[in-house]
Amino acid sequence: MSTLLKTSRRDFMKLAASASGGLMIGFHWTSSAATSLMEVVDGSAVAAGTVDFNSYLAISSEGVITILSPNPELGQNIKTSFPMIVAEELDADWSKVKVVQAVLDSKKFERQVTGGSGAVPHSWERLRKAGATARHMLVDAASKRWNVPATSLTTENSMVVHAESGKKLSYGELAVEASRVPVPAEVKLKDKKDFKLIGKAVANVDNHEMVTGMPLYGSDFYREGMLHAMIQRPESFGKKIKSVDSAAAKAMPGIVDVVTFKNNVAVVGKSTWQVNKARKLLKIEYESEGAIESTTDHDKLFKELLASQDASKVTVRRKDGDVDAAFKSAAKVITREYQCPFLSHAPMEPMNFFAHVRPDGVELVGPTQTPEMARNETAKLLGISPYQITLELTRLGGGFGRRLKADYVLEAAELSSIIKAPVKVIWTREDDMGGGSYRPAVRYRFDAALDAAGNLIGYKLRGVGINAGNPTREDNFPSGSVENLLIDSVEHKSPITTGPWRAPITNFLAFAEQAFLDEVAMASKKDPVKFRLELLEKAKKTPTGAIKYDIDRMKAVIELAAERSGWGTKKNVSQGFSVYFSHRSYVAQVAEVIKKGGKPVLSKIYAVADCGIVVNLSGAKQQVAGGVVDGLGHAMYSQVTFREGAAEQKNFNSYRLIRMKEVPDVEVSFVNNGIDPTGLGEPALPPTGGAVANAIFKATGKRLYNQPFAKQEEMKGVTLGERL
Amino acid sequence: MAQYNLQINGRSYTADVEADTPLLWVLRDSLGLVGTKFGCGIAQCGACTVHLNGNAVRSCTLPVSAVGTNKITTIEGLSATGEHPVQMAWKEVDVPQCGYCQAGQIMSATALLSKNPSPTTEQIDTAMNGNICRCGTYHRIREAIVLASTKMK
Repeated sequence: MSTLLKTSRRDFMKLAASASGGLMIGFHWTSSAATSLMEVVDGSAVAAGTVDFNSYLAISSEGVITILSPNPELGQNIKTSFPMIVAEELDADWSKVKVVQAVLDSKKFERQVTGGSGAVPHSWERLRKAGATARHMLVDAASKRWNVPATSLTTENSMVVHAESGKKLSYGELAVEASRVPVPAEVKLKDKKDFKLIGKAVANVDNHEMVTGMPLYGSDFYREGMLHAMIQRPESFGKKIKSVDSAAAKAMPGIVDVVTFKNNVAVVGKSTWQVNKARKLLKIEYESEGAIESTTDHDKLFKELLASQDASKVTVRRKDGDVDAAFKSAAKVITREYQCPFLSHAPMEPMNFFAHVRPDGVELVGPTQTPEMARNETAKLLGISPYQITLELTRLGGGFGRRLKADYVLEAAELSSIIKAPVKVIWTREDDMGGGSYRPAVRYRFDAALDAAGNLIGYKLRGVGINAGNPTREDNFPSGSVENLLIDSVEHKSPITTGPWRAPITNFLAFAEQAFLDEVAMASKKDPVKFRLELLEKAKKTPTGAIKYDIDRMKAVIELAAERSGWGTKKNVSQGFSVYFSHRSYVAQVAEVIKKGGKPVLSKIYAVADCGIVVNLSGAKQQVAGGVVDGLGHAMYSQVTFREGAAEQKNFNSYRLIRMKEVPDVEVSFVNNGIDPTGLGEPALPPTGGAVANAIFKATGKRLYNQPFAKQEEMKGVTLGERL
Repeated sequence: MAQYNLQINGRSYTADVEADTPLLWVLRDSLGLVGTKFGCGIAQCGACTVHLNGNAVRSCTLPVSAVGTNKITTIEGLSATGEHPVQMAWKEVDVPQCGYCQAGQIMSATALLSKNPSPTTEQIDTAMNGNICRCGTYHRIREAIVLASTKMK
């Protein structure tokens, strides 16, 4: 294995070794049988590096508890919340817990991934068992030392307590003895009502490093002798290199080499700025190798695809009852279309990765949401075993799905293998927005059939997208509540690369659906909240087809959001409602528009989330508030358009992100239902666009159908975030 | 290439770079002060904010040759121990998500508070409008600035 893995291990061992012995539990964070796989190793075995472990809970004789965190941290706060779960069951003194980021090790860790809002739901029970097992062993050790029954002992703040005699021992004092007691086959987990740490607001474990500017991110990685590189990629999708003249670039100071591979021209040099300057002198000719598409082509294409009757192109996603008959018999039919543009993920830290390909192994360092995939793809590219590659995870300066892809890791590895030197490839913002990966552009058509009494008797949805896969969520609400329903989709394959973007598909589908349902409720002359609750009631009493959402959980967030926002009770406030289920959690939102000097201002958004048990109240509240801001900002301002295959927005001067002035108040609440955590990284984002559009309609009488809202005629005169 | 003597965080540094090199890349590539971040390169996002004689400036578009003897402060030099009232407020409010933009946010906030110790919400919004937070921590940034303002009194 490489130096780096050894170094990381050694750093960790030093910590353990300084304990001059202590309890070290190698536990498999994510294994399905955490307890049975647990191994206890003493300090000497660890120091010699003979025990095959990778993730631990270590307790030093001085009482320092070290917990390794395996998952990539990109702002979802996993590096704080994972260890909190272990510490809770351990009854550890949180102020003495040290958290260390683990390197990639797929032999030991399962799902070392950030994506799909899935980390806490996946690992919840396993982490609890890990903490509870260590606690059990510490109690066992104290029971032996004092010769009292284990049942007479309690734990608190990293201490084992014998209430009867008033004796106390710290975990540090017990660590060595505890390492020698047998690992229990089964442990009892805490009653959730006894949680002391889970549910509390706990500050981010990296706060100090972040506010003092210490190196944490991939782009902060520097090493003696490392080269810097930037890569010129084709400016248009659908083009390939015809010829390269790099003479002028090569002649620039500090430039070591200019290398062409695949469709890339890499400028390698001694500093970022020298590379950046030299790159501008490249003369590259391109030629077409595929379709050269523009946004105007897509706009036309969407309309054709929405009308398509070609069964070979249309994929039916869900079909309940007899839709044609329902629409024929309808007293009223409502048809609406909604469209969203491509978006850039635009994490604040541009793409970057360090690679050093040596004959004896490969070292990768940087920010990725999917380290295992990055390593395996690198292995395939270089024709070596994945186990010849080490990957050190840095903190990620945002991801939003962009870092689920390994393209930027592979480029760095390939370049290092060609130049035979350690190199850090860095992307400019223009590189990222102009040639990366995008949220797919999609257009939807919704049709609703109402009977004479205003009941929803038929529902149709067609989604058409550019490299969007399935742009529907066919089993989500309102499926199950309508007897006659048809959901289908058509995909257009394009050279423009797309990928998952925070809350994939639902980030726009939720707006379209919730804005449409608002219109349907109005046509049925029903209050939008009551309308949704009635549909849910119907889905519960007389379900149609499969229902893959929890009706009661959805109902609960709707009711709590209505209560918190004083739905329908406020004077001079226009409210808009939205609710959405995504991944495994439920979020309802109410947006409010007030009049200031006679002009409408989006002033407040209430968000009510059901993510099951909240692990860290501070992180969770910000995750929801941030999701709302993210959902609002992108619905309002952002878009990437293409002209002859080239992105027209390449930096923050033309690609608008929301700024502080435009942010309304956000009030966050959680449903307290005691169920195991169901994830929170994405679900707060999807409902925002719908709540906002519905509130703007209430205030102005104008409906929004297309994003970004700020570019639409209907938004004229509406402002955001101004305080009263 | 030329030698530049720079006054950064109360210390003297020498960098051998080209005249048009932005201060950002001198800090990061030459001097190992990586707390100042690259975000856009065109003074649009604020991730690279540092102080030039106490004023918030975007180091990604400030050529090293224009710095002269002016005093530069970076996030690393805000305080010796990370206990500047703004840094303390940031920790107390638990502001960061991914954290990448926060050094720039803190540098803009400290420049504001040094000139206006009790800013109104509107003044905070105006001073901070050049700093993007992609995670959407704006509410907490605002809250932390208000808290820091009370700490500094």
